[in-house]
Amino acid sequence: MPIRRPWRSLLIAGLSTGLCAALALPSLAAPQQTPAPNNWDAVLKRADGQSVYWNAWGGDSRTNRYIGWVVRQMQERYGVDVEHVKLNDTSNAVARVLAEKQAGNNDDGSVDLLWINGENFAAMREQHLLFGPFAEALPHFGLTRPAANPEVVTDFTLPVEGYESPWGKAQITFYYNSADTDTPPRSMAALLEWARAHPGRFTYPRIPDFTGSTFLKQALIELSEQDDALYQPVSDSDFDAMTAPLWDYLDALHPFLWRRGESFPASGPRLRSLMGDGELSLAFSFYPTDAAVAVQEYQLPPSVRSYVLDGGTLGNVHFVAIPYNSPHKAGAMTLANFLLSPIAQAKKQSLDYWGDRTVLDVAHLSDAQRALFETPADNPALPPVDALANTLAEPHPSWMNALQEAWLEHYGVN
Amino acid sequence: MALLTLPVAAGLTMILLPAFGYLPVLGSEAASLTPFRLLFAQPGLWRSAALSMASGLVTSFIALSVVVLFLAAGRGGWLDRGIRRLVSPLLAVPHAALAFGLAFLIAPSGLVMRFVSPWLNGVNHPPDALIVNDPLGLSLMAGLILKEIPFLLLMSLAALAQLQSEKRVEIARSLGYAPTVAWLKTVLPTLYPLIRLPVYAVIAYATANVDMALILGPTLPPTLAVSILGWFNDPDLNQRFMASAAAVLQLGVTLATLLTWWLFERLVARLFRPWLTRGGRRRGEATLRRLGRMGLTGASLTAMLSLAGLAMFSLAGFWNFPDALPQTWTLDHWQRVAPMFGGALSNTALIALAATLMATALVLAVLENEHRRNIRPARALWLLYVPLIVPQIAFLFGLVVAAESLGVAPQIGLVIAGHLLFVLPYVYLSLAEAYRQLDPCWLEVARSLGVSRNAAFWRVRLPLLAAPLCTAFAVGLAISIGQYLPTQLLGAGRVNTVTTEAVALAAGGNRRLIGVWALVQAALPLVGFMLAAALPRLLYAPGRILPRKAT
Repeated sequence: MPIRRPWRSLLIAGLSTGLCAALALPSLAAPQQTPAPNNWDAVLKRADGQSVYWNAWGGDSRTNRYIGWVVRQMQERYGVDVEHVKLNDTSNAVARVLAEKQAGNNDDGSVDLLWINGENFAAMREQHLLFGPFAEALPHFGLTRPAANPEVVTDFTLPVEGYESPWGKAQITFYYNSADTDTPPRSMAALLEWARAHPGRFTYPRIPDFTGSTFLKQALIELSEQDDALYQPVSDSDFDAMTAPLWDYLDALHPFLWRRGESFPASGPRLRSLMGDGELSLAFSFYPTDAAVAVQEYQLPPSVRSYVLDGGTLGNVHFVAIPYNSPHKAGAMTLANFLLSPIAQAKKQSLDYWGDRTVLDVAHLSDAQRALFETPADNPALPPVDALANTLAEPHPSWMNALQEAWLEHYGVN
Repeated sequence: MALLTLPVAAGLTMILLPAFGYLPVLGSEAASLTPFRLLFAQPGLWRSAALSMASGLVTSFIALSVVVLFLAAGRGGWLDRGIRRLVSPLLAVPHAALAFGLAFLIAPSGLVMRFVSPWLNGVNHPPDALIVNDPLGLSLMAGLILKEIPFLLLMSLAALAQLQSEKRVEIARSLGYAPTVAWLKTVLPTLYPLIRLPVYAVIAYATANVDMALILGPTLPPTLAVSILGWFNDPDLNQRFMASAAAVLQLGVTLATLLTWWLFERLVARLFRPWLTRGGRRRGEATLRRLGRMGLTGASLTAMLSLAGLAMFSLAGFWNFPDALPQTWTLDHWQRVAPMFGGALSNTALIALAATLMATALVLAVLENEHRRNIRPARALWLLYVPLIVPQIAFLFGLVVAAESLGVAPQIGLVIAGHLLFVLPYVYLSLAEAYRQLDPCWLEVARSLGVSRNAAFWRVRLPLLAAPLCTAFAVGLAISIGQYLPTQLLGAGRVNTVTTEAVALAAGGNRRLIGVWALVQAALPLVGFMLAAALPRLLYAPGRILPRKAT
């Protein structure tokens, strides 16, 4: 009947308009000009009331727990509402910023602060996706003493140039179940012997996971005896000749790995849960305190012990960066600065939260600030205190991609 | 209905363009076949594609057989009724939760091994056997089958209602056919065309799914959909061209699998026609009946054990290998996760309710329209299935770029719209048959008493359809709660639901926390289904007639 139809069309029209309005409203807000990083008072003032979307890997519950603490602190101290966007992989966020740039979205991006380092940072710099320089203008940046600690301004051999702010330090640390073995290997060569004696009790995460890729780099550095070519772009050297010893080593190692090298766990935390399940006796992690915190959380047996290889292990600094199209740069900078504060760094290092090491130069802090960092050192699962002095520097980021591709070529398909 | 295809078309276009080399922001504006050339040079590509295709065909076949045999063999009784009641809750368990549970159940260090070690086999360390993530994809297929069975069973039950199956079987039995054989010969040929589209949806999902493949599927090489996800997220931004080409390939694989199934249908029809008319009455009766009973019971048992394993982990302290139960129990994990429940739960509930309400309203409008104009829409049904058949991974990335180009920021409104796209087909499927076979006499009587058509709709039709409506609503809620990729991509990770939290933790491997989230994720739709079962009875006084089929 003709009289009834208008109601239905009106309803549909109303629904569609409502939906369109709901979708369009946020983009009607006009973007504001970000104050310059060195005008810190203006930055703080602008940050008050902003919502910062902090994209950070969310695959580890203890990291999330620490970030939850940071969120509460930011609200209390600065009135900034931080939202932790949990990423499966940092490259998801990189891909998103790229998609926004492709669509011409230059001032209303969805990522305000990004936990990043290594090849992700290199990719974003190359594509001009980052805001900066801002890091050196942060009030707490001076506490890291970059002159004495060059690793806080170098990301996988690339100079940071203020485009990202340091956050924490990671170093490859091995851990083993002392109930199964009490002679863990102390070098890569010894690892091969150990694997032969204990087949199926060790493995490394599947490439392209960052922990697994770091294992490759560690092996290559040791096998090539820290050849200088590793710290130059990979295109400058004969890749096949440089990596031949690595593939020989892996060919010899794989048959003695867990599942005979036919399957690899997806990530470092997965490796840890395999040990918790009793499937592995030896594993490694990027965080020296990983095993100790895991024991506290019932994920690993109390008989676990940590150590670092005799020749040193790879270590790096991880950072936070701000995409060029973030609409809340002031809030993001405030957050980055807070992350560098002694109280935030101390909480991060504490075993009750995350256990990730600080980038601050603790020896040169004031007494009151240093006191925040005291930790009880009688946890048997922690590595020995002097172990972490022996750090090897990361190779050039181009080696990471090249090694990953080569590994996938050699072992990517059974 | 045609509106549904718009987003899919938009998404596909934004994928097709880069696949042929057009992506201005990366500086490439010339059309070329390089992405495809790069794609075909990837090692293991054809194996990934073959794995996807095989899992599509094999799992659908097995799931369909299990369901069909169960329906054929079920003759009332407590088992039959029990299983029918279990179907909806099992359907509601999201894919990721079930995959986690199954992974733990069958792993060499998993629940089954813990129960039988060391007293049965003297094993103190888990054997080094590649079960989960096996290269043939068998554990992935097992997981897929467990999820497909409840869906197909639900669709079959809905379709059976309009077939008068009881009568057909009675007639066949009076002619001397054994019950199971009778059902298979008389009801199955008429049932299959009604569930053909759900079967296609199941095949499409099996070939292109990501959630389960990430947890259970083979890894070197993974299934095609998982590879695509990896390529789209590669830090080397130039990989996006190849990823788009791969998405086009995925679409091709899905279509090829559907085509193969269709050919298979024809073949079976040709081969079994003589069997239908040959007159054999008892051959295979006992085997078929036993298989029917065991098949579904086994599947349900496996699913329940998986969930039980997750429940135990959520409360477990350290759990050493050969122990059948954890050494210590603790509420720590639930306490740690509890503060984070609030935001995720409210988002999940909001999105699910909004999407399902809109979907139900649209479906009712469409169905009422069909009824009034006496349209029997065959083509509309195919359009409806488009979002289910085109792999999510193939068009969601493109949709994100399309949304960005229109200036629509990622936010909850966009996520709701995305969920609407996927919930709508399921709600329609659940509701359509019940709607159509409602006895028109009721409406005629109402009209003859002077009531207008709209009033008849609100006051007669809807109350009579209360039960199917509530079930359809619950199905819609379950689908929306379990969605991962749409929420993650359209919300830019800002909208956190229970499922996104659970999958984010999946990378972390902390099984205890995964157990907590997976249980919460599984419990939510369950609440929906319980309400759906109870609400019609509560709303209408007992004794009121709720007719369901025309006799």
